[in-house]
Amino acid sequence: MTTTQSRPTATATATATTSEAATEATSAKVHLSPEQLKAFGEELDAIRQHVLDTLGEDDAAYIRDIVKKQRAFEVAGRALMYLPPAWPLAVASLSISKILDNMEIGHNVMHGQYDWMGDPGLSSRMFEWDTVCPSEQWKYSHNYIHHTFTNILGKDRDIGYGILRMDEDQKWRPYYLGNPVYAFLLMVFFEWGVALHDLEVENIVSGKRSLEDNKPLYPGLLRKIRRQALKDYVLFPALTGPLFPLTFAGNAVANLVRNVWTFNIIFCGHFPAGVETFTEDECRDGENGEETRGHWYYRQVLGSANISGGPLFHIMSGNLSHQIEHHLFPDLPAKRYPEIAPQIRDICERYGLPYNTGPLHKQVGSVFKKICRLALPSRSEQPAAKRAPEEQVAAA
Amino acid sequence: MSITQTILRSRAVAALTSPHGVDRYLEIIDPMWSVHEVRGRVVDVRRETGGDAPVATITLQPTTGWRGHRAGQYVQVGVDLPGSRRTTRCFTISSAASAPGEPITLTVRSNVGERGLDSVSRYLVEDARPGTVVHLSQAEGGFCLDESPATPTNNHLLFITGGSGITPAMSMVRTLLRDGYDGRAGRKVTFLHYARTAEDQIFAEELARIAEDDNDVTVHLRHGDGESDSRFSEFELRRLVPTYRDTDTWACGPAPMLALVEEAYAGTGRLRTETFKIAGVVPSGAAEGDVAFSRSGEQAPNSGASLLEQAEALGLKPEFGCRMGICFSCTATKSSGTVRNVLTGEESSLPDEQVRICVNAPVGDCVVDL
Repeated sequence: MTTTQSRPTATATATATTSEAATEATSAKVHLSPEQLKAFGEELDAIRQHVLDTLGEDDAAYIRDIVKKQRAFEVAGRALMYLPPAWPLAVASLSISKILDNMEIGHNVMHGQYDWMGDPGLSSRMFEWDTVCPSEQWKYSHNYIHHTFTNILGKDRDIGYGILRMDEDQKWRPYYLGNPVYAFLLMVFFEWGVALHDLEVENIVSGKRSLEDNKPLYPGLLRKIRRQALKDYVLFPALTGPLFPLTFAGNAVANLVRNVWTFNIIFCGHFPAGVETFTEDECRDGENGEETRGHWYYRQVLGSANISGGPLFHIMSGNLSHQIEHHLFPDLPAKRYPEIAPQIRDICERYGLPYNTGPLHKQVGSVFKKICRLALPSRSEQPAAKRAPEEQVAAA
Repeated sequence: MSITQTILRSRAVAALTSPHGVDRYLEIIDPMWSVHEVRGRVVDVRRETGGDAPVATITLQPTTGWRGHRAGQYVQVGVDLPGSRRTTRCFTISSAASAPGEPITLTVRSNVGERGLDSVSRYLVEDARPGTVVHLSQAEGGFCLDESPATPTNNHLLFITGGSGITPAMSMVRTLLRDGYDGRAGRKVTFLHYARTAEDQIFAEELARIAEDDNDVTVHLRHGDGESDSRFSEFELRRLVPTYRDTDTWACGPAPMLALVEEAYAGTGRLRTETFKIAGVVPSGAAEGDVAFSRSGEQAPNSGASLLEQAEALGLKPEFGCRMGICFSCTATKSSGTVRNVLTGEESSLPDEQVRICVNAPVGDCVVDL
């Protein structure tokens, strides 16, 4: 863990001393007129309202059923550890449990998708998930920062997570030669990366945040880490007596499987080729210098990518395979995303907006290519780097 | 407590079932197995009165986590109303003080919810059947009998109640008679109750029996005739209990009645009161009334802006994030009043409701726990 952590520190030092270079928009974004944006926003609002009006028993039954299955997989996984020949089955079962807990249940519940049910077990305020990141801290960086400022350079800390170069507009530095290595490490230790993400190490090094600001976060973080480690690496292994090492390894593998899976799904959400980033200036289209709702929707569509697949795949990805729908309506139950996807796609077509989707292998391949390509300076980088540093991105 | 219970409540089990807790696993097998969260299984529903707003007494067997209650306390009851919306309301426990794990009764009047929607009380009175499981809190509230029924004293106790407000007093009188010596309350007790009509009188038979028995309790029932209500008056109270201003008194009922009682007791320090919260519905779209923030004690005329903006205008610094209703950072409890969601136009008047204050504006008087 220390290795992954020390790298962002180095990155962030560099960020502090060199402001990001300005680059012209590298892609040709489809532009909509203010009137089009307004109409576009209204069409989406109507879809949202329709879903809100029909929330009810089916949605409740669905999520309760998923919770039941997740708990069953978890209990089965823990129990099968007592049967050494069933070890692979135990690991598979526990991995599924952790993936369901983190994605279709945890991520979505913490978005407030089921708050309308009034069930404390499914409330965004109360839910805690089976990973080392405390839900309270994740909700801040994810629900607020990432979902509000999606793909705005300098604002959305999920662009490269402070350690990777995931966009042409992030200025190249020799550090980024290690891009694929950092990405690989982040994948392996993903839950730790998510937990430490909230400490904003890159912002501390650049001076935008002080160590003092992090102090209130430590107790919660340490408590959560202690609980997760105690359960997976001490208590459950100890309960299996002589099988301690096997159970220990099994739990570690289940956490690893979950890390690799969630990393891949999540990286397909915003990083495949064709996904756009925005500058803060672009997002001041309203009269008062604020972003209009229509533009916010427009940015969510252009800044997200879907993954196509079957119903089981969608459940196992927490419906983040419907990243576009999720970013438009983060607080609608994820089960509804597949239902509304054709309507969203139709609207996008009518407004000439790209609807970025593809099978998992294609999207992962595209992300992987981007990680490798951006390890090297872009062709346009040389002249861009010589240009006077521009304020807007760095000042964000 | 059985050994299983002790184990299930242990820190070791808590560590093993982290982060969800053992109840989240037990409830999948049987919701009544929960060891931390309290639930109650309906074992009996008995109609007390009929009519448009019938009253029923519901007997609940709580889970082992129930810590018991003192006479006069209430409990929060959560039920899943149609549409899978769990709704929670407070009800006074009508049975005598309970020990941990003992059954309790609630005596509930079926009120139709706002705009004709379903309500918890209607569900309990008309839909609950033996076997139904409801969600409970522990007993709460300080409107309690603070004397030991087991020790006779010379203290005169007076209960003044109106309508459904009879339930806490009933629990206290039942406790005195049950735990006192030889079926007596062991002190002079006066019970003065006002009901809309004789048909609306809850616990009529039991009260008649209490009135008849030689048990130190005097019962005065006042009924309206359906056209004019029988109202509390200081004059009548003075006639029934001349020394009322020196008598420990518990009063519970509708707000107008309590106002009169409080006036009669002004400056005595002998009166304890409890009232109910009722959802008031204000005509749509009106930006009138006052907005109050209960924790900070700030209050101002409603400007029609979002609750977040109005709180900030008063110098409060509530937590917030996106300010557009997506991140749920600013969610706060609206204790009473109606709010309108500025994105959808939807209005809601439920008391003690979680609202995102950045996208909800008050319609009329509104109280938020900030």
